[in-house]
Amino acid sequence: MHPDKPKHAFEPKIIAFVCTWCTYAGADLAGTSRMQYPPNVRVLKFPCTGRIDPVFILKAFQQGADGVLVSGCHPGDCHYIAGNFHARRRFAVFRKLLEFVGVDLNRLQFSWVSAAEGGKWVEVVTELTEKVRAMGPMSEFKELALEEQWSGAINTAELKEAYNQI
Amino acid sequence: MSRIGVFICHCGENISRTVDVERVAQQVGRLPGVAFSTDYKYMCSDPGQNLLKNTIREQKLTHVVVAACSPRMHERTFRKAVEAAGLNPFLCEMANIREHCSWVHEDKEEATVKAVEIVGMMVERVKKNRVLPTITVPVTKRSLVIGGGIAGIQAALDIADCGHEVVLVEREPSIGGHMAQLSETFPTLDCSQCIMTPKMVDVANHPKIKLYTWSEIELVEGYIGNFQVTIKKKARSVDEDKCTGCGVCMEKCPVRKIPNKFDCNLGMRPAIYVPFPQAVPNTPVIDRENCIKFKTGKCGLCQKVCGPGAVDYEQEDRLIVEAVGAIVVATGFDLYTIDEKPKGSMIKGYGEFGHGKIPDVIDGMTFERLASASGPTGGRILRPSDGKEPKQIVFIQCIGSRAREKGISYCSKVCCMYTAKHTMLYHHKVHDGQAYVFFMDARTPGKSYDEFWRRSIEEEEAVYIRGMVSRLYQKGDKIVVQGSDIAVGVQVEIEADMVVLATAVQPQKGADTLAQKLGISYDKYNFYSEAHAKLRPVECATAGIYLAGACQGPKDIPETVSQASAAAAKVMALFSKDKLEREPIVARVREAGCVGCFACKKVCAYGAVEEKEIRDRQGNLIKVVAYVNPGVCGGCGTCQATCPSKSVELDGYTDEQIVAMIEAL
Repeated sequence: MHPDKPKHAFEPKIIAFVCTWCTYAGADLAGTSRMQYPPNVRVLKFPCTGRIDPVFILKAFQQGADGVLVSGCHPGDCHYIAGNFHARRRFAVFRKLLEFVGVDLNRLQFSWVSAAEGGKWVEVVTELTEKVRAMGPMSEFKELALEEQWSGAINTAELKEAYNQI
Repeated sequence: MSRIGVFICHCGENISRTVDVERVAQQVGRLPGVAFSTDYKYMCSDPGQNLLKNTIREQKLTHVVVAACSPRMHERTFRKAVEAAGLNPFLCEMANIREHCSWVHEDKEEATVKAVEIVGMMVERVKKNRVLPTITVPVTKRSLVIGGGIAGIQAALDIADCGHEVVLVEREPSIGGHMAQLSETFPTLDCSQCIMTPKMVDVANHPKIKLYTWSEIELVEGYIGNFQVTIKKKARSVDEDKCTGCGVCMEKCPVRKIPNKFDCNLGMRPAIYVPFPQAVPNTPVIDRENCIKFKTGKCGLCQKVCGPGAVDYEQEDRLIVEAVGAIVVATGFDLYTIDEKPKGSMIKGYGEFGHGKIPDVIDGMTFERLASASGPTGGRILRPSDGKEPKQIVFIQCIGSRAREKGISYCSKVCCMYTAKHTMLYHHKVHDGQAYVFFMDARTPGKSYDEFWRRSIEEEEAVYIRGMVSRLYQKGDKIVVQGSDIAVGVQVEIEADMVVLATAVQPQKGADTLAQKLGISYDKYNFYSEAHAKLRPVECATAGIYLAGACQGPKDIPETVSQASAAAAKVMALFSKDKLEREPIVARVREAGCVGCFACKKVCAYGAVEEKEIRDRQGNLIKVVAYVNPGVCGGCGTCQATCPSKSVELDGYTDEQIVAMIEAL
């Protein structure tokens, strides 16, 4: 353990969906440049951000991710001509939907990180980690899952109150 | 049941310094499906690869995960090794625990935990990996070159010299392009015609080159190795096979006063003409708009005087289909005319410079024609208005170029050098004349270029004034040029006899239309985009299409020729194989689920999605589904994320694989 490193009570789990050509390479560059960033992020490589189905983001939250990062090539730089434009449109709509169902949008970040931007990758990851750390664990999906498996026992104050009102 | 082998690399100390590799191997070894796990000092070394190969055979492994550096570094290496051991290469995955873990973390505990998770994710992923066969497509070993300027000529000759057939298509009646118009060329002052025309003749005589002049590209279908190109051969009204090029028709044509585009409208030509005497092919074309026979039905003189009977007024446009495997686009440039509004410009043109209004304000190409020995003045520098020799001449640089507000923010690259050349040519021809150059910066990188520019000042006495011209106007038979000399900080006024504007280099008109036919991308100026600005500068993102010359961006002749030869080399590399192999990361349609909405077709940037009819045995149509052509598919997977019925899958990145990774967290 490094003595100067602060110990946190909560370590968030961040999942990053990135494209091979820009952001994955940018993260590689951060590595070859020996930049340091929090170890909370797990990177999933896609050929293009255009391949990223919004379902994956939901799946990630469902599996206990506290934050999700989607990152690809800058607009106009897509290796596949226009995949990132499709992604941008898709996620603009998807964010609205998430907001509607009540997910705090601060947990989901989109960014453009090019293969040359190792520093930007570090910034984006560090910022998101700190932001999500401050927000605490993502509990909505876990609560939903619990609700689905509800035993029928009226064991919380809210449930008892609701029951009495019927 | 899968038997997965996991190999953890130390990378010397690069990984093992911050990741406890033995612990990773131990913990991962306990994951379900993992039959073998170990750590090794250098997995990519020969002994490391042998360890991998031997273990696959001994342990009868079905899948492999190598936890080491970035897959961008060594995925190929390990997949090859796995293939050598008899496994399909796509059953091997890499877990990146160097760039994404050991190098970016200092805490050994944290890094080790992260490494275990990364490897765990890849273990879950690899379980869902499928055997992917390498995709092969046949290659038609013929190529199409679009544009017969120096770029197209060079590419065509290089490819044809290697024994492959070339179809060369040129829009104008003759090949040669802009280089044939130039007088001398920098930095050696070679006569352009002297170095250009032999190449043009080579093209005409080459047994492997099929030349279509006065022709345009109508339609491009197909994909790398297998293009079908429809060429429109415009009616020339002269039979190319019969015509001997004697030129009697041109002598006898009664219409004589049509401005010749080749001479920048300075010289005149008849209605039946070749653009310049050295034209290839030396077959005239009838300009139907100006020909009396086509306008009134009378005349017909050219047909009467034609000995071989080549003149044919009935000729019509013809469509020809050619099958080719590769396409080189070399459509070149055009000069910006200052009274035209460029694409994206807020301000219309450069009215202040009077081009088009004052006859003695000309552009650089017109000056080339004046200076050319085969030009309308026989190489004498004479004013277009009254034919007098200009004694004071002003050259103005960066007209259109580097002016964001006018819509063109790039540097046209060749103007500094050609203006230096113009001052020299002028000084050689008008000994008592004085040349002035208004310039912003002199940009002269290139072999012997700066020396050349200096020579124009030091030996040829051109006066360079740093600053732009604010306006110019006609005063008697002089043109008054007002500008500023910012080096000295004074206003300058020169009474010039002639003004030459270095207008910006732009893509050919219609460059965007052609790009749409070819399915290649272009930038906001209509210059064609290369696949990678540094590492793939001659390839388009669309496979099988290559770029040469100024259609990609402003270029001088040496650069154009280099790029043309490079494009030819790329074509030859493609033709070196009978079948084309490509990574099998392509989308595949599950026909049972496809409802034929073709949302995938709309998002596909490659045009890889086709419509396929499914019929029963009686031939009745059941439904129309999407079909992804594996030869064209780029492998981005946008279609899969778009498909509402989840009926497209990108091999190598299936939903199953991705979800398995997410669930491993």
